[in-house]
Amino acid sequence: MKLTLRIWRQKNAGAPGALSTYEVAGISPDMSFLEMLDTLNEELLLGGDDPVAFDHDCREGICGACSLVINGEAHGPNGASPAGADSRAWGSTTTCQLHMRSFQDGDTIDIEPWRAAAFPVVKDLVVDRSAFDRIIQSGGYISAPTGAAPEAHATAVPKPAADAAFEHAECIGCGACVAACPNGSAMLFTAAKVVHLNSLPQGAPERESRVLDMVGQMDAEGFGGCTNTGECATACPKGIPLFSISTMNREFVRAARKGR
Amino acid sequence: MTSTADRTPYGSYADYPTGAPVADAAAPDGPIAERWDRRRFEAKLVNPANRRKHTVIVVGTGLAGGAAGATLAEQGYHVEQFCYQDSPRRAHSIAAQGGINAAKNYRNDGDSVHRLFYDTVKGGDFRARESNVHRLAQISVEIIDQCVAQGVPFAREYGGLLDTRSFGGVQVSRTFYARGQTGQQLLLGAYQALSRQIAAGGVRLHARTEMLDLIVVDGRARGIVARDLVTGRIESHVADAVVLASGGYGNVFYLSTNAMNSNATAIWRAHRRGAYFANPCFTQIHPTCIPRTGDHQSKLTLMSESLRNDGRIWVPKAEGDTRPPARIPEDERDYYLERLYPSFGNLVPRDIASRAAKNVCDEGRGVGPGGQGVYLDFADAVARMGRAAVEEKYGNLFDMYARITAENPYEAPMRIYPAVHYTMGGLWVDYDLQTTVPGLFAIGEANFSDHGANRLGASALMQGLADGYFVLPSTINDYLARNPRHDTLTAEHPLVQEVLAETEDRLNLLLAVGGDRTPDSFHREIGTLMWEYCGMARTEAGLRKALDRIPLIRDEFWRRIKVPGTGQEFNQSLEKANRVVDYLELAELMCLDALHRAESCGGHFRVESQTPDGEAARRDEAFSYAAAWEFTGTGAAPTLHKEDLAFEYVHPTQRSYA
Repeated sequence: MKLTLRIWRQKNAGAPGALSTYEVAGISPDMSFLEMLDTLNEELLLGGDDPVAFDHDCREGICGACSLVINGEAHGPNGASPAGADSRAWGSTTTCQLHMRSFQDGDTIDIEPWRAAAFPVVKDLVVDRSAFDRIIQSGGYISAPTGAAPEAHATAVPKPAADAAFEHAECIGCGACVAACPNGSAMLFTAAKVVHLNSLPQGAPERESRVLDMVGQMDAEGFGGCTNTGECATACPKGIPLFSISTMNREFVRAARKGR
Repeated sequence: MTSTADRTPYGSYADYPTGAPVADAAAPDGPIAERWDRRRFEAKLVNPANRRKHTVIVVGTGLAGGAAGATLAEQGYHVEQFCYQDSPRRAHSIAAQGGINAAKNYRNDGDSVHRLFYDTVKGGDFRARESNVHRLAQISVEIIDQCVAQGVPFAREYGGLLDTRSFGGVQVSRTFYARGQTGQQLLLGAYQALSRQIAAGGVRLHARTEMLDLIVVDGRARGIVARDLVTGRIESHVADAVVLASGGYGNVFYLSTNAMNSNATAIWRAHRRGAYFANPCFTQIHPTCIPRTGDHQSKLTLMSESLRNDGRIWVPKAEGDTRPPARIPEDERDYYLERLYPSFGNLVPRDIASRAAKNVCDEGRGVGPGGQGVYLDFADAVARMGRAAVEEKYGNLFDMYARITAENPYEAPMRIYPAVHYTMGGLWVDYDLQTTVPGLFAIGEANFSDHGANRLGASALMQGLADGYFVLPSTINDYLARNPRHDTLTAEHPLVQEVLAETEDRLNLLLAVGGDRTPDSFHREIGTLMWEYCGMARTEAGLRKALDRIPLIRDEFWRRIKVPGTGQEFNQSLEKANRVVDYLELAELMCLDALHRAESCGGHFRVESQTPDGEAARRDEAFSYAAAWEFTGTGAAPTLHKEDLAFEYVHPTQRSYA
C-alpha cells in the first residue's frame, strides 16, 4: 500500500504546530497502524529528519498509552468485524489494535494528537494526561493500608455488583472519551472509577467523599461539562457504558444532599 | 564484594573465572514454615517517628513497585517513585491475563501452603531457593485479602464468594482471576493505593523519568541518575535505599510479549555498579502467541494457554504443504503433541510445547507466512461442545485473534507460535531481597529468586505483589535501622557528580556518532541472534558463535548508530538507542550463562543434555546452584559466584511427560 499521511508536528508544548505531509510506500495490510508509523520513522531518521513522537507501550490494547486521532476519530475507524466475531468487542479498538487493512491503497490519512484543554501537547502526537492521575489521587481508591485487610470471604459481594464493578474497572485511562467529546469532558473516565468503587461494599465508607472530591478535581483540571452527546462511550475502546455518567450524577446528588 | 579469583589477563569472554561462593546470609534456619516469622521478628525496626526522615527510591510502578511505594509510604517513609511511562497505571503488569495463585483452599480440594510451595519448587525444576518459595506460598493468602479490600473486582460465584480456576496443569483450583484481565485489575489496585499516598504527600511521583544509573557511595546504594524524558534533563536523586522494580529483560530478544519500552537498563546499570546478575539464561518462552506477519512486526501478542485445553495442535505431515488447512485431509495431518506425548497430549508444559513447535517448523512443516506457525484447531471442540459453549469459554480470545489476524478462528484453525514472555533470571538477592550492593533491593521480575528455571502460570502476579506489599516493606526496615542517617549526601558530592557526568557523556556519545543505522536495526539484529542461538534450544556451538558475534555488533553499533536531535528535548530515538547499548552487553552475559550451564532445566534446554526420548536432562550433581555473575568490565569475562541450593523439603525428581 501507498499512503499520504498528514501528521501534526509540534516541537514542544510552547511551540506552534502544523500538519506536515509525508508519503509512505510498501505498507502491508497486516501491519498495525503503529507499525506503519514505525516504518515512517525509520525512513525519517535515516533521512536526517526528526521522527514523529507518539505514545505507545504494550501494543495489545490494555496499557492505554496510545492516543491518536485518525481522520477525526479517537483511535481511528473501527474495522468491519469478520463473520462470526462478536461485533461489540470487535467494534471498539485502541490505536495499537487498528490494522492497515482498515485503509485503502492511496488513502490520505490525517493523524493528530488528543485535542483537549486539559491535555496539553508535549510533542507532536504526545499529550500530557497527568490530569487523569490527579482525578484518581483525589479519591479514586479505597483506603485499605497493606496488612489491614480482613479475610477475603468475610464480605460476600453479590455477583451483579461484582460484575458491575468489573465492567467499569475495565477503563484503561487512555483519554479517548475526552478527545471525542466536543466539550473535552472527562465525565466518562471519572464515572467509570466512581461506579467501579461505589458498586462494592468495600467502597461504601468513602462513597460520598469519593464522588464529590473526584468531580471537584475533574472540574479544577479544566475538563468541560457533559451535554449528553454520547461520543465518549462510542469512542471508548473498552465499552464503558454511557449510563455510568447518570449513575455518577445520581451518586453526586445523593452525596451533595447528605452534605458529606 | 570483590572476587578473589585469579584471572587470565587476556582471556576470552568465555574463559570466566570462578570466585568465592555467594550465600544467602539473611534467611533464618529452623523449620521452613517458621522462617518468615522469625526473620520478621529478628529484623530491626525503625522508630515510626524516624521513618519520615528516610527517603527510599522505588524505580518502576508495576505490581511490585506500585505495591512497595504505597506500602512504604503508609509506614511513614518518604518515597521517590519513578516510571518511564506517562502514568504509573501503564506499567506492563497491566497486560497479564490469566490470574493469580493463592493457597486459600476455598475449593476444599486439598490445596495448602505446602502444596503451593511444592508445586513452585518442582515447577521451577529445582533451581529456586526453598526458603523464598515457601514464604511466597505463605504470603499468597494475604495478597487476596489485600486486593479484595482495595476493591479489585475478582470473578465471583452467585453466592457472592470468590471464584477460582485451575491453571497451568496443576491439579488444584487455586487461581483467582478477573476475566482475562487479572493483571490490569491488580495493577489498578496498586496504582490506586499509590495514588492515595501521592495525594497524602508520602510519595513523590516522577513520571516520564527513566533511571540511567545507580549511585553507590561508600559501598552503599545511595541514589540514582535519571533523565526527565520530556525536558531531557539528567539529574541525580539521592536516598537512603534504592528499590529496583523495573521488570524483566525479555526485550533483549527484540520480539517478545513485553511492552515496547520495557527495558533492562535499570538492572543492567546496577549490575555494572556491583550487583550480581543471577541465572540470566533462564527465560520463559510461551507457546501460544500470535505468529509474526513480516519484518515490520514490532511485538508479539500472547493468548492465554487455556486455549490448549480444547484446541488441538497440528501441522501438515508433508514438508512445504501450502494447501489451506481445510483441504488437508485428516490422515495427512500430524497432531504431533498427541503423537509424542500420548498421556499429556496438547497440555504438556510450556517449554515442551514451545520446543516441539520449533522442531516441526525447522523441519519445514510450519504454516502461515514464513512457515513460522502451527495450527491450533477448534473444529473438534466445536463439534463436541457446540459453538455456543466454545464461544462462552474462549469468546474474548477468539475476538482478539480475529482482530489481529482478520481470520475467523471458528471456521479456520488459529495459527500460533512461541514467543519470549518472562525472564526468571535477574539481579541476585538474598532472603531480604537485597542485592550484593548494600541498600540496593530488587523486587518482582527484576530479581531472580522465586521461580527457579521455569515459572508456573499465574505465579508472576503473586510474586510481584508478595515482594511489593509484604516482603520488602518488612525487610528494608532492618537495613534502614542498621544504617541510620548520619550524613547528608547532596548532589554536589563528587561521586554523585561523577555518575552524572558519565551518564551525560554516554548520551552525548550516542548523539555524536552520526552513523547510518537506526537504533531499531541494531535491536532487531541482536534480538534475532539471541532468538537463534539463545532461544528455545541452545547448543554449545551456537552459543559460542553468538559470543563471537556480539562484540562485533557492539563495535559496529558505536561506529554506525544514528540518533537525531539533541539530549535536551523529548527524544524517543535517544531513549531507544541507550536501551540497546545495555542489551548489547546483557545479551553476552545471557549467552555465557547458557553456555556454562551444560544441563537442561526448566526453560533452559541444552541440546547436548537430553534423555533418549528427547526430554530435558537436568544434571543436579553438577549444576544444583544459582549462577551469580559479577561484572568486571564491558566485554571482559565476568566472575561466576555459585550459590549452592539445598533441598530439605522437596526432593529433586526428574520430570517425565512421555
